[in-house]
Amino acid sequence: MSMELDVFVGNTMLLDEEVYKLWLDGYTVGDAVRLRLEGGVLQECEASEEVLHSDTMDQFRTFQMCERFLHCPSKLANQLLFQIPPHRQAMLIERYYMFDSGFARELLGKKLSKGTKKDLDDVSAKTGITLKSCRRQFDNFKRVFKAVEELKGPLVENIQHHFLLSDRLARDYAAVVFFANSRFETGKRKLQYLSFQDFAFCARQLISYWTVGSVDSMLEGMDVDLEKEFLHDLKDLKILITDKDMLDQHKSLVCAALRGKIKVFNEMEGNFKNLSRALVNIAVKLTHTKDVRDLFIDLVEKFIEPCRSDRWAVGDIRLFLTHYTSTAHKLDTFRHLVIWDRYMGVVKSCILKMYHD
Amino acid sequence: MPGKLKAKIVAGRHLPVMDRASDLTDAFVEVKFGNTTFKTDVYPKSLNPQWNSEWFKFEVDDEDLQDEPLQITVLDHDTYSANDAIGKVYIDIDPLLSSEAATVISGWFPIYDTIHGIRGEINVLVKVDLFNDLNRFRQSSCGVKFFCTTSIPRCYRAAMVHGFVEELVVNEDPEYQWIDRIRTPRASNEARQRLISLMSGELQRKIGLKVLEMGGNAVVGYLQCFDLEGESGLVVRAIGTACTLEKLSNSSAAAPPACNSPSKDIKEPPFSEDPNPNTHSSGPSTPLKTQTYSFSPSKSYSRQSSSSDTDLSLTPKTGMGSGGSAGKEGGPLKTLLRQQTQSALEQREFPFFTLTSFPPGFLIHVGGVVSARSVKLLDRIHNPDEPETRDAWWEEIRQEIKSHARALGCHAVVGYSESTSICEEVCILSASGTAAVLHPKFMQEGCLDGYSDPSRLEEPSPPSCGFCHIPYDELNIPFPAHLTYCYHCRRQKVPDVLFTTIDMPAEAAVTGKGCLIQARLCRLKKKAQGEVNATAISNLLPFMEYELHTQLMNKLKLRGMNALFGLRIQISVGENMLVGLASATAVYLTALPTPGGIQIAGKTPSDITYEQHISNMQKKINDTIAKNKELYEVNPPEVIEEVIGSPIPEPRQRSRLFRSHSESSDEVSELDLSHGKKDAFVLEIDDTDAVEDIHSLLTDTPAPAGFYSCNTEIMPGIYNWTSGLQMFTSVRVFRLSNANLTNQGLNKIFNDLCENLLKSLYFKLRSMIPCCLCHLNFTVAVPEDELIQVAVTAVAMTFDKDQAQENWKLGADKTHMKAIVENEEQLQFPLELCTESPSTNPFSPCRGTGLQESANAHATPRAASVDYSSFADRWSSWIELIRLKAQTIRRGSIKTTSSLEKASPLPEGRSRSLRSTRSYAGSTVAVVKMTPLSFIPGTRIIKYLGIINMFFIRETTSLREEGGVSGFLHAFIAEVFAMVRAHVAALGGNAVVSYSMKECVFMENPNKNQAQCLINVSGDAVIFMRESELEATPAPPQTSCSGGEVTT
Repeated sequence: MSMELDVFVGNTMLLDEEVYKLWLDGYTVGDAVRLRLEGGVLQECEASEEVLHSDTMDQFRTFQMCERFLHCPSKLANQLLFQIPPHRQAMLIERYYMFDSGFARELLGKKLSKGTKKDLDDVSAKTGITLKSCRRQFDNFKRVFKAVEELKGPLVENIQHHFLLSDRLARDYAAVVFFANSRFETGKRKLQYLSFQDFAFCARQLISYWTVGSVDSMLEGMDVDLEKEFLHDLKDLKILITDKDMLDQHKSLVCAALRGKIKVFNEMEGNFKNLSRALVNIAVKLTHTKDVRDLFIDLVEKFIEPCRSDRWAVGDIRLFLTHYTSTAHKLDTFRHLVIWDRYMGVVKSCILKMYHD
Repeated sequence: MPGKLKAKIVAGRHLPVMDRASDLTDAFVEVKFGNTTFKTDVYPKSLNPQWNSEWFKFEVDDEDLQDEPLQITVLDHDTYSANDAIGKVYIDIDPLLSSEAATVISGWFPIYDTIHGIRGEINVLVKVDLFNDLNRFRQSSCGVKFFCTTSIPRCYRAAMVHGFVEELVVNEDPEYQWIDRIRTPRASNEARQRLISLMSGELQRKIGLKVLEMGGNAVVGYLQCFDLEGESGLVVRAIGTACTLEKLSNSSAAAPPACNSPSKDIKEPPFSEDPNPNTHSSGPSTPLKTQTYSFSPSKSYSRQSSSSDTDLSLTPKTGMGSGGSAGKEGGPLKTLLRQQTQSALEQREFPFFTLTSFPPGFLIHVGGVVSARSVKLLDRIHNPDEPETRDAWWEEIRQEIKSHARALGCHAVVGYSESTSICEEVCILSASGTAAVLHPKFMQEGCLDGYSDPSRLEEPSPPSCGFCHIPYDELNIPFPAHLTYCYHCRRQKVPDVLFTTIDMPAEAAVTGKGCLIQARLCRLKKKAQGEVNATAISNLLPFMEYELHTQLMNKLKLRGMNALFGLRIQISVGENMLVGLASATAVYLTALPTPGGIQIAGKTPSDITYEQHISNMQKKINDTIAKNKELYEVNPPEVIEEVIGSPIPEPRQRSRLFRSHSESSDEVSELDLSHGKKDAFVLEIDDTDAVEDIHSLLTDTPAPAGFYSCNTEIMPGIYNWTSGLQMFTSVRVFRLSNANLTNQGLNKIFNDLCENLLKSLYFKLRSMIPCCLCHLNFTVAVPEDELIQVAVTAVAMTFDKDQAQENWKLGADKTHMKAIVENEEQLQFPLELCTESPSTNPFSPCRGTGLQESANAHATPRAASVDYSSFADRWSSWIELIRLKAQTIRRGSIKTTSSLEKASPLPEGRSRSLRSTRSYAGSTVAVVKMTPLSFIPGTRIIKYLGIINMFFIRETTSLREEGGVSGFLHAFIAEVFAMVRAHVAALGGNAVVSYSMKECVFMENPNKNQAQCLINVSGDAVIFMRESELEATPAPPQTSCSGGEVTT
């Protein structure tokens, strides 16, 4: 005695956002029913577990049938199979592409390859996200990456147009794509304390100021790659640490500006040359692809950790970096101000974002 | 050459990848009509081909135009091997043949394949140039309009209701042809789809001819069914009500369509534009003509019953419910009226009407349900010259129905329908309807200039109760019943309960709300063959009917109600069981007496524990009744009662009662029942069966709070619908695990199956509360030995709870009231008919006309564009929103140039000009609403575009991979919906009304990983407009649209 077949099809697609979430989270029908029971859905409407099971099955099936359209969201508006009101379509797409930041953090900077996909069970075990959900999120990453990696024009806009995502989500995807493309190292132990949003913020900074597209949107540039010319020019900044006079002058200017304004003034004064060297060296090294990948680990090891051990407050760092950047303008012989500002602007906001426990 | 059909293939999209190597497709299209085929060029290497073909022109007879569908096949060109078919589209061009319906078919159609389902879409344009055919002997019936709607369509008025039309055509089922052994199932199924499409067209044309003969121009309540008789063939049959409809707008009357004035056509001499009159004048089955199309009537196999074919016709006379003795028949005028009607109806062989709701004043009295069933043995006969036995079978049944109606003192049957249930070679034919007395004015020639008609002056019964008054003679009650004076007018007699198959008349006064009740029953039978089997079935039928009736009656009483509307009893036959399901909407008609309760009587009163048990049960029942009364707000005003009728114990004793009834009027309440002196329904518990019955009575769970349900068009007692609308289909198949089931066990399973299905629906639709499930239409089948299949199609509609009570008459349901007013004034009918409302009705006749005309005048011409733009508007505003967003996220202060300037000439998908070339802004999918009802709340239907009648087969050989049987059927139903919507949208419509799924035959073979399903759906494609839009000033809606865009 069993229900052999049980379907419900509405002319307008009937969906429960809560069930959609459970499906996206990769639960089996059985688990989903259990979770819904625990969620107290039966209290709002008298029904049996059997009814709940049938409803869950139906909806899971519907979502599964819908999934191929979600892979190409513009198709969802054109397809004839399901009649879905526009706001529902937007919701379906947005939720489908939404990802767990814990998952994204694990994948950040990794190559979106088959090998990575194979290791998803480790990610699943580590993050507590079901493997099914991990796979979906991975596939989403890869799909978005593939779609926009070769595209010209602003990355966020490209993502948004192709996948009809919200502003926020498109920006997050931009970060994922950007990291995957440049393969930034994010997995080191020292970087573990950083969240996805920290990196996403940094990615936005890099995209906004260091890529080809950031200079001139008229240019047929690509947002995913850092501007080679700019990276090359960064070498010129070396003079700030190689020229002894300039380094001293820079130090005195910064000290003059900060005196009495920061608590760690002495430490700063004692450490200035090291810090300055660290920042400039990072810049100089960026010509090599490998060192670009190590950008974040370098920032942490060379700058953030020393400051942290001296117990700098965030405010102190902000003041320091602000004046460190601006006083360079007063250096008589320093001519690479445009490059300097472009470099320090990003580095400053990245460091500030990354400077926490 | 009476017609030129033109088709243009514009483009395709989302095509499947047919060439694995390139991941692309080289698609071309074959366009076929009749025996002519055209091809487009191959559009190489694209999944979104742009053929933009020339106009393919087919010069054809209008007969073919009616019969044949336009066949469009999309193929993948292959240089070295045979071209692969991607899929097909069948387009029924019938809607183009009536000048009042659609003028062009244009849109995206899903490309359908029986194995793969929908595979992309194709954009097609179809037009028809029709020449006037003045031939008297023509075989075509172009221009006759068909409606599935079982009432007078909303934008028409009935000038005349001619009556019953029926027709059936038979053919061999390609599935069972010898060739089936060598060809693929796919080819077989495609042949079936094509054949059924052809047969439907032919059937419709033939019915159309009959309508023209009768002088009508439309068929309302058109019901077409398939009988898949297996080996013995395929029967497509249809019934309907022929009418002469007139459009409710002056604009359309100005231009009488060429092929659409049948009366004129008939008067004209048979010559002129027809270049070859011989073909036409040579009668129905000219051999010359039959060769031009593949399935002509003369070619089809007709059958007859062999001598061994037993007629096991079973005729349980089920004049249900009502009954009693009669008061004085309302005077000589009434007699006159009756005679008139009689004469009007006697001209007709079958005074049957498939309508379920009627123009005011049409329905005078309702007698009760009449039904007939007959068990037949199907047998293949290869003698095409013999007369059609199927015709004879139905004829028999109809005669029986007619005589039942007579017995109830009625000369007409309304809400009439026919159905079959087939298992192997046994077939149960069923017909049912409601015996009624009708007003003659709709059925007589020249009735409309009938102001002098005396019948107009006499309409003695108040409209809200008139139909309840008994039509039969008090002294000749055909069955036992109690009669009382009408609780509304106190002048005429009414029965104690009333069962009908129609919708509740709009003018009926009800107390409280209605509710769905179902009687469910399974009966085991032994497996048998041939005659033995047929005999066994026909022996079981009367018991099933009786039990279903008893259940209905009990459940009705349990809800404290006294009338059933929309009663539909379905009995399905399987190899080893019969399943019966009766659904109806119960109401408390104010005019009928308060129902008595249910009294339980034990058999062995000596036993004390038993007594206790009984009294417990009695208490439970009484509690349930009380609870139900509260739930459905059934609290009739207390009235002093006078029982005049008397229970008639046995029909046999009827003659004796002739004398005694006058004296016996007061001796009714001999039994001292707990429900006052009203008769209580006595249930005797004498065996376990009865205990079960009572249990099942009490286990019927009421709908959860906020839900109502009914199987009629609208819920009695709810009048203020809001715009929420969700049509759905749900199918369940239950497998019985072992053969050792008892009847009780089976009943319980079946009962639970239905109850759980309802519970599931309530749960799924809980977000729509407060809402009502309307037109809950259950279909049961026994597809295999141990399977029971239940399919439901219904619509959930939201309503405004707060106003649910009193103020509906003040125009809460404007559509409703307006409809009445419209009909009234258009029918030139006296307003007294609506005596309750004129003061509160905001539309006085003359104002109503003006308003309505003007509304129609400016609504009609721009209808299509208005609706599309408004849909497109919602879409584009959403898209606009995204665009705006896209613009605001321009990052960094460095960029200042507008994104539009960045347009690059790179191909789509690769450039940032993508946005401007994006397809979604231009080709959004129009929203198409679907409903099984004949209307959409809060809207007005401004145009009927034609009937939708589609038949699909889907098969799979990878059942597991497609998600098992549920996954397979789920996808298929969704595809069917999609195809219906696409066809409606292509006709320019935005809704399907009177939608129904008439057939859903599911077969599986899990061992072979195979399944197959056939679905037949139908409905009326319409254009509707929101009332609010209609009432607004006729400013071009585009303005407001663009305004909307700006603000978003």
